Amino acid sequence: MRSEREKRSKPRPVPVQLRWLAHARSGDKGNTANVGLIALEPELYPLLARAVTAARVARHFRGMVSRVERFELPNLGALNFLLHDALDGGGTISLKTDAQGKVYSTALLRMEISAPPAVARRFQPRLSARR
Amino acid sequence: MSKVVRVAAGQGFWGDWLEAPFRQVKGGPIDYLMMDYLAEVTMSILQKQRSRDPAAGYARDFVPAMERILPDIAAKGIRVTSNAGGVNPRGCADAVLESARRLGLGGKIRIGLVTGDDILDRLDELLARGQELRDLDTGRPLSDIRERVRSANAYLGMAPVVEALRGGAHIVITGRVTDTGLTLGPLVHELGWRPDEWDRIAAGTVAGHIIECGAQSSGGNLLKDWRKVCGLERVGFPIVEASNDGSFVVTKHPGTGGVVNVASVTEQLVYEMGDPRSYITPDGIADFTSIRLSQAGKDRVRVSGITGAPRTPMLKVSIAYFYGYKAVGTLVYAWPEAYAKAKEADRVLRARLADLGLEFEQILTEFVGADATHGRLAGRPDPDAPEVQLRIGVRARDKVPVERFTRELAPLVLTGPPSVTGFAGGRPPVEEIVAYWPALVDRREIEPRVRVEILKA
Repeated sequence: MRSEREKRSKPRPVPVQLRWLAHARSGDKGNTANVGLIALEPELYPLLARAVTAARVARHFRGMVSRVERFELPNLGALNFLLHDALDGGGTISLKTDAQGKVYSTALLRMEISAPPAVARRFQPRLSARR
Repeated sequence: MSKVVRVAAGQGFWGDWLEAPFRQVKGGPIDYLMMDYLAEVTMSILQKQRSRDPAAGYARDFVPAMERILPDIAAKGIRVTSNAGGVNPRGCADAVLESARRLGLGGKIRIGLVTGDDILDRLDELLARGQELRDLDTGRPLSDIRERVRSANAYLGMAPVVEALRGGAHIVITGRVTDTGLTLGPLVHELGWRPDEWDRIAAGTVAGHIIECGAQSSGGNLLKDWRKVCGLERVGFPIVEASNDGSFVVTKHPGTGGVVNVASVTEQLVYEMGDPRSYITPDGIADFTSIRLSQAGKDRVRVSGITGAPRTPMLKVSIAYFYGYKAVGTLVYAWPEAYAKAKEADRVLRARLADLGLEFEQILTEFVGADATHGRLAGRPDPDAPEVQLRIGVRARDKVPVERFTRELAPLVLTGPPSVTGFAGGRPPVEEIVAYWPALVDRREIEPRVRVEILKA
């Protein structure tokens, strides 16, 4: 049930963690990690394309990467991010556990975006349980 | 009905599941078995092995794998493409021929041997001829590391694979042929594609990309609905069923575990992706934004619509060079206050290293269980964590400080913070770092020297 206030005014966006809206895989090219972010349902792609900008991802990873590039793959419902200088040298030079960026994808899924409440209710387990 | 060519992935990297090639051959009909072994740094590891033993330098796993399936592939007419040859394709081919003879298959097996990718002995000649071989990422000239180069190989495409198949090879063994070329080659050969049919070349390249990492497109490492992926203990490796129009179906053998769905194929498509409009290989350029996926039955994904663009005049070169030394050691700290104890141990160790006057290029500390994979994004460490692993790595150009570091870890057990364990493995090894230097070379310097030989068992 939506509250009375919600019915009257334009529904206010709510924060939703990307893990409820997308899946992802990452890999490496030298010292650059790539993260492919894939909408869990095709209808979620426009929201991701709007909210998960290169600038937003750069803020999410600030201090961990130098620069972020974004590419769009609407055909796959996916966005591809290149996270430059993310791997501490990369390849065999890096001392990191995740020297090849294999799980950088999951770090992006921690990010929160603003989503319509209807999306939050449908995809975020905690909110739908409350409903 | 138009012709369909079935290419099955048997290995996705050197170290992949040893059962996979055997099950691909036994589990149902296939035409080709594609065995990819080479990652960026694999060539340098193989070069190191060859410098110790002139008969080594190839992916040794390949030989017993072939020995196990040779009778079946001979009986069923399955052909194999593999870059298992590493820096010694001839040695690899000799070992497989020996296996074939031992199995009584002499006269029945022909091996196509592809060489000419190895340019280690040609580097100075290429530099003199104006090929700068600058680092693609940093722009630095090769002269910065010329004296430390350990291996240098140009990435060859599908052309020599096709030539070997035309020559009647049952098994094609190559050095640094691209992962995708091992799949594209059979398709070009069987379907009669011209090398300048750029959309078809792109389609075969995408097919290769989807299966080059083995089960990573058929349920392995699949994040979406991972709890619903059943039977990974008997995971089916992917198979491409390609048609003449460039469309293909990704599937796996019936009765195997894992899953082939749009999600599993999409995750593999974005793996190690750069600019999706421009996936560059020696054979052409594929546009990943043109790919259409649809579920076409259980464990069947149809891939179509792929467009491509002409190949570039350059080939990529992978150069490996000696960089320095590193070592990584770990200790485990137990509740209560596990993280705080590990953090104090890190402080003590770093202070001791500083007191010793040791110089490192980098000292990196991670707290496994707190921040190792997500850094600060993981938030504040849980003060009640049952345990935290302290993981410290060091890197230096000289061996001496790294060697000494490996002797400073164990003392922490009796001279540092309490509740520490997990040092049964002893001192961590000092590892030599062989680093990767990607570059470009004019393909006209390479292609005339590529040789294809047909060897008979």
